[in-house]
Amino acid sequence: MRKLFIAAVAALTLSASAAQAAGGAYVPELKDVNWSFEGFFGQYDQKQLRRGFQIYNEVCSACHSLRLVAYRNLSALGFTEDEIKEIAAEKSIRLPHGDAGALLNDDGEFFTREAKPSDKFVSPFPNDAAAIDANGALPPDLSLVAKSRLGGPEYLYSFLMGYMDEVPEEVAHQKGFILNEDKSFNIYFPGYYTSMPPQMMDELVEYEDGTEATAVQHAEDIVAFLNWAAEPELDERKSLGLKVMLFLLVLTAMLYALKRKIWADVKH
Amino acid sequence: MADTATNVENKTEDGESRRDFLLLATSAVGAAGVAGAIWPFVDSMNPAADVLALSTTEVDISQIEEGQSVTVVWRGKPVFVRHRNAEEIEQAAKDDSASMVDVQKDADRVQKPEWLILIGVCTHLGCVPLGQKPGDPRGDFGGWFCPCHGSHYDTSGRIRKGPAPLNLAVPPYEFLDDEHVKIG
Amino acid sequence: MSSPEWNNPVVKWVDDRLPVFSLMHHSTAGYPTPRNLSYWWNFGSLALTVLIVMVVTGIFLVMSYTPHVDMAFDSVERIMRDVNYGWLIRYIHMNGASMFFIVVYIHIFRGLYYGSYKGPREILWILGVVILLLMMGTAFMGYVLPWGQMSLWGATVITNLFSAFPIVGDFIVTLLWGGFSVDNPTLNRFFSLHYLLPFVLFAVVGLHLWALHAVKSNNPLGVEMKQPEDSIPFHPYFTIKDLFGMGLFFMFFLFFVFWAPNFFGEPDNYIPANPMVTPPHIVPEWYFLPFYAILRAITFDIFIIPAKLGGVLAMFASIILLMVLPWLDRSKVKSCKFRPVYKWFFWILFLDCIFLGYLGKKPAEGSYIIMAQLATLYYFAHFLVILPLMSKIEKVVDLPESISAAVLKKSEDA
Repeated sequence: MRKLFIAAVAALTLSASAAQAAGGAYVPELKDVNWSFEGFFGQYDQKQLRRGFQIYNEVCSACHSLRLVAYRNLSALGFTEDEIKEIAAEKSIRLPHGDAGALLNDDGEFFTREAKPSDKFVSPFPNDAAAIDANGALPPDLSLVAKSRLGGPEYLYSFLMGYMDEVPEEVAHQKGFILNEDKSFNIYFPGYYTSMPPQMMDELVEYEDGTEATAVQHAEDIVAFLNWAAEPELDERKSLGLKVMLFLLVLTAMLYALKRKIWADVKH
Repeated sequence: MADTATNVENKTEDGESRRDFLLLATSAVGAAGVAGAIWPFVDSMNPAADVLALSTTEVDISQIEEGQSVTVVWRGKPVFVRHRNAEEIEQAAKDDSASMVDVQKDADRVQKPEWLILIGVCTHLGCVPLGQKPGDPRGDFGGWFCPCHGSHYDTSGRIRKGPAPLNLAVPPYEFLDDEHVKIG
Repeated sequence: MSSPEWNNPVVKWVDDRLPVFSLMHHSTAGYPTPRNLSYWWNFGSLALTVLIVMVVTGIFLVMSYTPHVDMAFDSVERIMRDVNYGWLIRYIHMNGASMFFIVVYIHIFRGLYYGSYKGPREILWILGVVILLLMMGTAFMGYVLPWGQMSLWGATVITNLFSAFPIVGDFIVTLLWGGFSVDNPTLNRFFSLHYLLPFVLFAVVGLHLWALHAVKSNNPLGVEMKQPEDSIPFHPYFTIKDLFGMGLFFMFFLFFVFWAPNFFGEPDNYIPANPMVTPPHIVPEWYFLPFYAILRAITFDIFIIPAKLGGVLAMFASIILLMVLPWLDRSKVKSCKFRPVYKWFFWILFLDCIFLGYLGKKPAEGSYIIMAQLATLYYFAHFLVILPLMSKIEKVVDLPESISAAVLKKSEDA
């Protein structure tokens, strides 16, 4: 009896996985990266986050917003208060109106002020319409991109490194695949064509800390930074978790000993 | 249950006391755990990081004429910034020797005599005193007057008459330059 | 059991006027519990523990949450980033929902295996099903509150289920929405109800416990307590056993909170809701998957019932069916320990439910649909055909004379 239904379950499971393979489009396995923030004890590498921030600031921020992160949060990357003030002050924030209530100043421009540490990262475009107009598609906000994509940081890394000049055969032979010369082919991107041209190339930025500026290094650094942007609590979360687990281990062991003691003379 | 009752009686002294100790120790560890678990919840009600980031306010004082006052918001409360004239400064210094509830010298309440910066909350029951606008009543001592229960403050913001127990508080502030003050 | 005489005059004074101390005594040291309960009996008190954790974390989350379509998503992110320990409280709440269902599903399957739904525990069992329904409603509405893509589209799909009902369907859906799509009014009423329902849950849990204390716990043998030797007082024996279980459970729970907080979640819910774009794969939270599979399995009209309505009815029926379970299973024997044949069907049902859950996650196409139809068929056949049939034809093993007799025999054998 038991053998019978184990066999039945196995058969059903097998046919299920076969059905799955038939349905989906070709996507290679995600590239695996050994992140410093992986695993039980993994924490962010502050130097890497700073390099990643440099890439975001010099490259990505031209198109992508990071609207949930504030300049003050950069203190987690080891920036001092004055450095953060300077970084923020490079950006200006459009004001709804001037002191006197006028919408535009004498030159017909919006009133602005320098951004402050308490402000969120200033977005490159005033609204989605302007962003689409400038880029052909909406560049997604990056604050949560490491959490909102299946595969998380591995996906982002694979995506950044997944651009191809030639369409591989597995994809070209798929039913319904159409070449698109206007966009960039990326093997990891759902639908394969993305409006973002490839970015990760050697010497993309000159690192302040002197790290060799290779494409792989850039991709790892920016993804680590984006993971921090999405999960800034990760370091605190894991270190608190370890303490809580240790405590629970002790308490549970004591409860178990007490349970043994109390039940010692009861047959059950 | 008769069965368990006899079991308990059969227990040796030794076993009993060891169990008591274990019970005590486990309860203590458990209680510590509960206390530790409560803290994140309590702390979550403290000001959040974005609120703390807004805990300073910068004021441009170059536009405030002598004798004028402005009210700015700092940490959700009104802060009075008064550009005192010579007469008010002199009056405040002279009153140092007058009898008052909360004895304080005017010099201890200002960094620059012409700039008096105060938290505009009456120390009695938290109303906002009048005296900022030109037509406002300023009380018997030329400073501020709280309409709720009739507290009179002088030109240094000290309580001189009425139920308030303390002088108007001076917030922490610093002059960034001649034209800007950072409060907080 | 009579009330104890209170020695402390203050305690006595209070107890004469409001017998809280007597109540506490009756439900702890004075509450007889079968001495042979296994660890599967820990999951009732665990469920209550999770409910309390959910209510406490929920109350603190509400202090920083804004129920408005323009601000809900950002207010949740503010909790995660700026509120002190906000990430901890939110992750406990988020994973707590999954934990609640894990614990309650185990609790239900334990009841199924040991026949805990049979007389005199029918009302106790029915109240349990009511609790399950309330939990499902609460969890569903809670999932909408962060206002991510899955919140919006999950709410859209589930509320649209009601449109399947003839004549009143569209009226009900519009009423649920408070508009012409899932929008701000929907979010507001879901927030209101999400806050309300846990307190209703508390009330029904109170009834569930009241009923339990009237009929007492079932046990692995399924033989009722007959004599004093069959039972031991709840306190200290089961208080300590439950506490030990809680220690283990919290380690399991908090592992997810601290190291895999988004394990049970969907990445798409970290994208703000967008009424113009549906995510490619809409899947409900894992605890709804078996029911979702049943919903989608009905792809054909049943006589005059159109497929859409058929799916909705089948889904609701799969839960409501549990309410009449005490009258479908007429076997005199409660515990599967003594039911050599039905025992296997229990395990098939268990695997069937897991399999339905797996299918609920898969796209509804090709062989998946046929498999879901077979699994759904088995689910209903189990309750409507196999169970009644088993009660008639199964040869059961002889039951032990009493709990204490079985316990003593076991310890002699050992």
